[in-house]
Amino acid sequence: MVKTMADVIKTATRDAYGKALVELGGKNEKVIVLDADLAKATKTIAFKKEFPERFFDTGIAECNMIGVAAGLATTGYTVFASSFAMFAAGRAFEQIRNSVGYPHLNVKIGATHAGISVGEDGASHQCCEDIALMRTIPGMTIINPADDVEARLAVLAAAETDGPVYLRFGRLATPRLFDENYKFEIGKGVELKEGKDVTIIATGLMVNEALIAAESLKADGIDARVINMATIKPIDKDIVIKAAKETGVIVTAEEHSVIGGLGSAIADVVCENYPVPVLKVGVEDKFGASGPAVEMLKIYGLTAENIAEKAKAAVALKK
Amino acid sequence: MDAAAKKQLEIKAIEVRKGIIEGTFNAKSGHPGGSLSVADIMTYLYFSHLNVDPANPKWEGRDRFVLSKGHTAPALYAALALRGFFSFDEIKLLRKPNAMLQGHPSMKSTPGVDMSTGSLGQGISTAVGMALGAKLSGDDFRVFTVLGDGEIQEGQVWEAAMYASAKGLDNLVAVVDNNNLQIDGTVEEVNSPYPIPEKFAAFGWNVIEICGNDFDEIDAAFTAAKEFKGKPTVIVAKTVKGKGVSFMENNCDWHGTAPNQEQYDKAMAELDAAMAALN
Repeated sequence: MVKTMADVIKTATRDAYGKALVELGGKNEKVIVLDADLAKATKTIAFKKEFPERFFDTGIAECNMIGVAAGLATTGYTVFASSFAMFAAGRAFEQIRNSVGYPHLNVKIGATHAGISVGEDGASHQCCEDIALMRTIPGMTIINPADDVEARLAVLAAAETDGPVYLRFGRLATPRLFDENYKFEIGKGVELKEGKDVTIIATGLMVNEALIAAESLKADGIDARVINMATIKPIDKDIVIKAAKETGVIVTAEEHSVIGGLGSAIADVVCENYPVPVLKVGVEDKFGASGPAVEMLKIYGLTAENIAEKAKAAVALKK
Repeated sequence: MDAAAKKQLEIKAIEVRKGIIEGTFNAKSGHPGGSLSVADIMTYLYFSHLNVDPANPKWEGRDRFVLSKGHTAPALYAALALRGFFSFDEIKLLRKPNAMLQGHPSMKSTPGVDMSTGSLGQGISTAVGMALGAKLSGDDFRVFTVLGDGEIQEGQVWEAAMYASAKGLDNLVAVVDNNNLQIDGTVEEVNSPYPIPEKFAAFGWNVIEICGNDFDEIDAAFTAAKEFKGKPTVIVAKTVKGKGVSFMENNCDWHGTAPNQEQYDKAMAELDAAMAALN
């Protein structure tokens, strides 16, 4: 099921978002897509080309876009509102909270360009806070797919889910990890590799890094379990508690601040249910900076090497 | 509008005002000033203009109403209760634990509330979305929203105004309740939104200016808005904050203060006297 070779097909999850919207639009005439003058970058332009009558560009006004999405949702539409993560979750946080979250409306926020891998545009556009912000909204579902296959399935699943969903996509082309047999279910983590010494729970583009780390750890005699946690809310408690019990230590990996993201969500579950050490790989309470995406990921420690180091440190805590 | 219809609305408006005083008095909090200023417009909408069905509050063909200035929920609640969406007894439970009537409108808890509002500037965007949805579906329902004159200091209002005219949403009517007062003082002292009509005109809206406490003018404005095609309409309604309760009129201290027992008695006596004068 899982390919660990990093040199397979590379696609950005934002591309999969655009394609999935077209697929969805063909099946469901109640699907509407909004964008805030970023359709070429968020890839919603693919939907615009196929279904121009159901595509609305609200211009550079994200707060209004979210409100318009909420109003449209009350009239029976399933609305995908798209922008960069920074301007969706960040700028329009309170609109999402009050106009979408509080009335629990059928608005799906398609947030692209999340995290450090935005690259050259730099800190103003590298949103590493969006998961933390969205987690605090009651009833919000958060999905951060690991590859284009999962991104497509997440979009289709979001459309079938009642209420708000935050879909987190990346700009960078990343390796395809899954094939046509991959099963995605909102709220379910997926064990990609068995292991007994440590569990690496990763999300988004860090899932591939986690798989590479797990391979490298074999040389150190460490048998690492790898879990893909695409849905960050509601979090799959069962798979986390099982990992805590069976492997004794957990390492989390995300392209997001270590404050409030996947690592915090996992720590919440572990602390309350079966306390074991949880070490986090993520952006260490810093703003991003300009540079090529892959280099910036290295500079910020979002690498297989860093995951492996943390895994070794975690295993050492058991002795 | 004939004299009999106007008189019926004037009677109903006094009942709405009594509901506002009843609710805020029992809640020991809330926003009577702006509720009273907009009471005539709310009365007109729910008793003379909106196509709604209290027995079927989620009817898909209904006109939509969004109270963008959500803090004046007591006026909306009183109108909804009197129109039959729920029992008037609920008014006395306003803002209390487990009550249907939240401090600001909640579409999930109150029949007849079409959108949850309260954070200023957001309601108009949702109304724009509803109007866009109607156009897209070919539905002929219309969408109404009421904004405060202080509220239009929010930038999102102008994002929404720009988009509504860009989309030619002539099924949308916004009202600006221009009572000239906000929490910290007059709107001019705080951050002048004037001239309001010119601003909306520049954003591509059909603009109608009225006295918002006069049913003849209110009726003429909404009738004209219904006929107007090609642009959204804004009704800039000059109103008196605290209208109908003498000691609350034109005093920003009554923006977010509830009457005590003595003030409640005095306000109710004034409204009862006004009712007696009409009958």
